[in-house]
Amino acid sequence: MSYQVPKFRHPGLPLNELGYTKADYEGAISTLCAGCGHDSISGAIVRACHEMSIEPHKIAKLSGIGCSSKAPTYFLGNSHGFNAVHGRMPSVVTGAALANRELLYMGVSGDGDTASIGMGQFAHAARRNLNMVYIVMNNGCYGLTKGQDSATADRGSATKKGDPNIYSAIDLCGTALQMGATFVARSFSGDKEQLVPLIKAAISHRGFALIDVVSPCVTFNNNPQSTKSYEFVREHSEATGTIDFVPLKKEITAEYQAGQSYEVTMHDGSSIHLYKVDETLDPFDRRSAISTLEEHRYTGNILTGLIYMNKDSRDLHEVMDTSQRPLNQLDEADLCPGNKMLLNINASLR
Amino acid sequence: MSRLESVNDFVIKFANVNGTGSASANNLFAKAIFRMGIPVSPKNIFPSNIQGLPTWYEVRINDRGYLGRRGGIDIALSVNPQSMAQDIREVEPGGYFIYDNTKPLDLRLLRDDVNIIGIPLTQICNEQYDDPRQRQLFKNVIYVGALAALLDMDFKVLTALVGDQFKGKKKLVLPNIHALELGHQYARTHLDCPIGIRVEQSDKVGDKILLDGNTALGLGALYGGATVAAWYPITPSTSVVEAFEKYAKRVRIDPGTGQRNYAIVQAEDELSAIGMAIGASWNGARAFTATSGPGVSLMSEFLGLAYFAEIPTVLFNVQRAGPSTGMPTRTQQSDILACAYASHGDTKQVLLFPSTPKECFDFGAMSFDLAERLQTPIILMTDLDLGMNDNMSEPLAWDDERKYDRGKVITAEQLESGVEFGRYLDVDGDAICYRTYPGTHPTKGAFFTRGTSRDEYAVYTEKGEAYEANMLRLLRKWDTINEHVPPPITHDCGRETDTAVLFFGTSEESSREALDSLAAENIFMNAMRVRAFPFNDEVQKFIERHKQVFVIEQNRDAQFRTLLMAEFEFGPDILKSVLCFDGTPISARNIRKQIKKHLNGDNVLPLHRKIASIRAGESQ
Repeated sequence: MSYQVPKFRHPGLPLNELGYTKADYEGAISTLCAGCGHDSISGAIVRACHEMSIEPHKIAKLSGIGCSSKAPTYFLGNSHGFNAVHGRMPSVVTGAALANRELLYMGVSGDGDTASIGMGQFAHAARRNLNMVYIVMNNGCYGLTKGQDSATADRGSATKKGDPNIYSAIDLCGTALQMGATFVARSFSGDKEQLVPLIKAAISHRGFALIDVVSPCVTFNNNPQSTKSYEFVREHSEATGTIDFVPLKKEITAEYQAGQSYEVTMHDGSSIHLYKVDETLDPFDRRSAISTLEEHRYTGNILTGLIYMNKDSRDLHEVMDTSQRPLNQLDEADLCPGNKMLLNINASLR
Repeated sequence: MSRLESVNDFVIKFANVNGTGSASANNLFAKAIFRMGIPVSPKNIFPSNIQGLPTWYEVRINDRGYLGRRGGIDIALSVNPQSMAQDIREVEPGGYFIYDNTKPLDLRLLRDDVNIIGIPLTQICNEQYDDPRQRQLFKNVIYVGALAALLDMDFKVLTALVGDQFKGKKKLVLPNIHALELGHQYARTHLDCPIGIRVEQSDKVGDKILLDGNTALGLGALYGGATVAAWYPITPSTSVVEAFEKYAKRVRIDPGTGQRNYAIVQAEDELSAIGMAIGASWNGARAFTATSGPGVSLMSEFLGLAYFAEIPTVLFNVQRAGPSTGMPTRTQQSDILACAYASHGDTKQVLLFPSTPKECFDFGAMSFDLAERLQTPIILMTDLDLGMNDNMSEPLAWDDERKYDRGKVITAEQLESGVEFGRYLDVDGDAICYRTYPGTHPTKGAFFTRGTSRDEYAVYTEKGEAYEANMLRLLRKWDTINEHVPPPITHDCGRETDTAVLFFGTSEESSREALDSLAAENIFMNAMRVRAFPFNDEVQKFIERHKQVFVIEQNRDAQFRTLLMAEFEFGPDILKSVLCFDGTPISARNIRKQIKKHLNGDNVLPLHRKIASIRAGESQ
């Protein structure tokens, strides 16, 4: 069951540039378990979209099947949503994005939905550099079917059921890099200060932007033997750095330390400032990103933050050279060649 | 020895090696006949192979305009030693076997009731050409030249065709005409020309065109306003999207910007292909995918979503012989049930059955109007025979005044003016509800599309009553759909009769011919061609008017008959089956034979004999 959020809001809630409060970006009341990491991610999405002053109806939120894929009901209530079939959200987004290049496509998926049943579609959406934000709410287990291991569960990690996982884990960030994603980040549902700017940067990025968010399952996978519990992730996270998102038109007021700070202008005119912490990582170099990920895997730490961004990314529409006017706005005059051409075709077939 | 004699009425079969360039030469022959004003029906019988395996090209030439397979071969032209034994065996008594006699014919293959004609094709080529590729290519053209002499064809038509075929590649015209002349000259000098079978200029073609159904479908999608095509390559549907692309490249480039007013994605599999089509349709673009049997199996889950969530979807299914990989390059109508009830749970899908390239074009374009008007998948059911063979067809036409029917869509202005919006609210009483496109209005009209149960306002619910009400509305919607799909076409035989035939798609031509030949034996039957599912009430009334109705179809299990029984509750006492499922298009002789067998009372057979009798009929 989903519930409608009560309509009453504090009259003093801050408005964004469009005059909307944060409540205008919220959805129905969550039916996920109390303490579920996914709800924090929903909150981060709401905050990011509100702060960026995106018109709510200019976003389309799409998902597959699973706990994570239920989440879009719980944010952006004024946006169209699409709960597709299990593992097939990327193809639906691809079609939707081709039909209308002007909307922002927010895909939400889980580790089962992405790393198992939807691995093929995930890989190919990355490969096509589809212009979308792809958020994986990654908890290493199947919640709705009561706690089976997923393909992102680390070898040796155990859910509440107790049997350690015997297979190696799929690293979605590594996979996305291999497949050609042009923006790859990892975060933690419990670290909103890191997650919100990452979501903003992903939204501003033109191309396939993956954020793999470790999001503990409080019911089945938050036990001491798990590597996806709140405690384990807090203790073993290592951030690549921190980023600030500076929207277009906003004056840059903060002072940035030279050498360790990068400013990147995004295609929509906004910019992000990246403060590097990890000395070995060059987040604009794919080889460096891949080797840094491998290093952290070797040491058993979870690398979070922005891992890779291609500043010269060209998305699917640019590569295909499709019309600037969205395809769904073309009419008979644009699309139908008329009877005269058929007369010529007929003549050539006699 | 007897020899078959006929003018403008015969079947010729070319036996070639796949990948040797024979297709264009054989095409040249068929098109030349067509240009002489004689109805022609060529059928490519090809292997799942790129090079080396036997391939055939069967051409029916018939002045009376019968375009289906007749059955039997009057002339075999064999340049493939691999298949020679089979090729000579198939020739009708009194028929002709033309072969490359550079190597002598194996004496064991000889038949004394067939006229054997040898042409030293390899020898001629070896003398004329040094380049091995040229030897191979021109061999085909040389036999077409020889045939022109043997059948008394108008040689000028052939040379003019070569000119047209190589327009823009002038260098190729003369060598091809030279090769034609080589064959023509050889036949006239060394052989008795013409043979008993020959052609004469006629006027039975009118303004018809020669076109394959897949190209017609691609054009239908183009004219129907499709902007997104997502597909995965699979024989025999591949050329649908290729045709769409070919014409889109010509006419869908924005003159101002040079950018494309279309998008084509070759997906990673069929699941993804239909997912993309659904995503694009959901977002207000006209989108389609094309596939064949195995693809339909993969798409089934999404078809259920599109049915239940009511998302316009256009799927072109070019059927081939299944199950599984089956015979991927042979024809069948065997996805009827898989498509009619595609997906788990209670589903019913709209099917369209075109039978000519003109109908492929018309129904192809219509599919987009229907999908958006009815908010459900439209599955257009064609097959390899119609899709990949050149079929004689009425010319294509488009009414320039025609507007696309975009269905029930609520705009921002309507939302602003306070129109009540519930995505699954049956406002008009026809069980079709209004939708909004994503991005319509900042605060009104957004909804959540889902494959889970929901209420009339698209809010998730597990309440039994709400689920049931929705499923019942979908059933009422089925009745509305019935009023929109193309009605059947009835042919009354003009005599008192209580028997009839019912068919669809590519069985039309052979059925028509079989009925004519039965009528010549004083067996009169009415006929109906069904063009869509849901079945129109007319279909029910037609069956009820008769004691016996033969359902003609190209699959083993009488799937169409099963569908009729399921929808109307007719019993096996009324509906009889005429089947063909050997992968070749059903022939007129086969239909006639099976119907006569039934009428003679042979239909009450023990099961093992029944199976044997089907087998006997299958390759006729």
